[in-house]
Amino acid sequence: MRIVVCIKQVPDSDKVTIDRETNRLNRTGVPSIINPFDENALEMALQLKATYGGTVTVISMGPPQAEEALRSAIACGADDAVLLSDRKFGGADTWATSYTISLAIKKLGDVDLVLFGKQAIDGDTAQVGPGVANFLDIPVVTYIKDCKFENNAFTVEKVTEDGYEVWEVDAPAAFTVVKEANQLRLPSIRGKMAAKKAVIPVWGVEDLNADLNLIGLSGSPTKVSKVFAPPVKTNKEIVEDKEPAEMAAMLISKLKERNVL
Amino acid sequence: MSKEIWVFAEQHDGVVANVVFELLTKGRELAEKSGFTLCSVLLTAGNEEAMCQSLYDYGAKKVYVLKNEKLAYYQNDFYARTLSKLIQEHTPEIVLYGASSEGRSLAPTVAAMLHVGLTADCTQLDFDTEAGNLLQTRPAFGGNIMATIISPNHRPQMATVRSNVFKKEQATVAGECVLNEVSLEGIPERMRRVKVVKETAACAVDLNAADIIVAGGRGLACPEKFAMIEELANEMGAAVGASRATVDAGWISHHNQVGQTGKTVCPKAYIACGISGAIQHLAGMQSSDFIIAINKDKSAPIFDVADLGLVGDLNEIVPEITKQLKAAKA
Repeated sequence: MRIVVCIKQVPDSDKVTIDRETNRLNRTGVPSIINPFDENALEMALQLKATYGGTVTVISMGPPQAEEALRSAIACGADDAVLLSDRKFGGADTWATSYTISLAIKKLGDVDLVLFGKQAIDGDTAQVGPGVANFLDIPVVTYIKDCKFENNAFTVEKVTEDGYEVWEVDAPAAFTVVKEANQLRLPSIRGKMAAKKAVIPVWGVEDLNADLNLIGLSGSPTKVSKVFAPPVKTNKEIVEDKEPAEMAAMLISKLKERNVL
Repeated sequence: MSKEIWVFAEQHDGVVANVVFELLTKGRELAEKSGFTLCSVLLTAGNEEAMCQSLYDYGAKKVYVLKNEKLAYYQNDFYARTLSKLIQEHTPEIVLYGASSEGRSLAPTVAAMLHVGLTADCTQLDFDTEAGNLLQTRPAFGGNIMATIISPNHRPQMATVRSNVFKKEQATVAGECVLNEVSLEGIPERMRRVKVVKETAACAVDLNAADIIVAGGRGLACPEKFAMIEELANEMGAAVGASRATVDAGWISHHNQVGQTGKTVCPKAYIACGISGAIQHLAGMQSSDFIIAINKDKSAPIFDVADLGLVGDLNEIVPEITKQLKAAKA
């Protein structure tokens, strides 16, 4: 089985802080990590490979330094990786990103399964998985926590608001994976060696034969028109130097005022 | 012919989802501002009359119904293709979806098919009458920055909105049902739902449905202290939430995790105990109606989003609240 896992390098949101004066992100010194949900997609791919055989290829679209994320994926057991990086890809929204990634997967050829994390923690859109599946013309099931393969079809468990559903999906297919699915293994010594040695090809516009009108900023239907700080809370009340009993009473009366209690 | 705003009428077992009524309520405002006609689109196998009526009750003047036995429930290929075709035929200006598991999967597929823009999880929608654009505002980086997105050159403009973001308000109109018995011929059946499992929530009160959430963070210092949080939650009839740090440390189940990598919640009151307020966490609870923070560290970012901040030792304050609530009941 040939599996492709799409990963994104994101700033570690646990470490990002906000400058309250300027309302900008303090990104200096913030480490980049593999999007946490993509780790679940990678682990699922590695487990499927262990059970059914095959290869796991990791791809990422981003600036040259996104190569680090691909190397860590190889360290965990992925066989190889491709980086999609080109200035012309810059400014892509989810539509243009999906289109670009789908071209790379087509170029890889004969892919049986494409896995994504359920969403990326920097944008939270959850749109690229379904988008790529559409361009590849393969079925997609989102939010899966389990995947099995038999008779050229996958059986997956899709998490829903009030439980889960079991779907049977013909290969090739694409799925987005939730956190409950698993936890990414630690890199092995051998994996770390492989990651160090791996030659990671970088594909740009020409390698993908991409239509310039459909990539980057010009291929993106959405534009950011304005960025602003969220409205500040005005009626806030901060209480200190009071006895716990008094604070507790205050909390209770506030909730009663609001008819919550 | 007047231009149209569509609200996708997500339905489960023949009942329209609540978020649809919230979107129609917002849609009425947009319709008034833009001069467009508010419509809805319903994919179903039956029971369309009752469902259409519920949509008229919230102001849908026209409901396009796509009816087929196989449209009884969401199957991405069938839904996305039939809906895309209808959109191409009627060229609405705007299509809105609930940001449910279904809406967040269907909408991006339709957007990809039609090469149109889609903005996820909008918290505000407005209409720019001059440019004719839908102004789609959404939080970025865990709600610390807001971005307004437009899609100036592509139609329809599409957006998803989570439930509980807009309030629903009834306003019955005499609507019209446009029934299409659709054929799914030519759409290969590549995926089949074979089983539906309903699970009772892992915690006594479901986080998404709870009016109050009492959440614990690293400030609890040890897993045993969650008992204190649970006791207070019990007393209040609240659900128990948790920060990512406590879940990662194995103190509590991931079912309880609130935040970007956990659940997004919007209760009437959120009580954060010993939670510092990493962006990760704020992303999941910032839109709660009333936020109370209990934390020793006065400079903790959680106090930036709190309506009421109690600076002090949670080990003293939390049991005190429980005690007072119990005393009031006795």
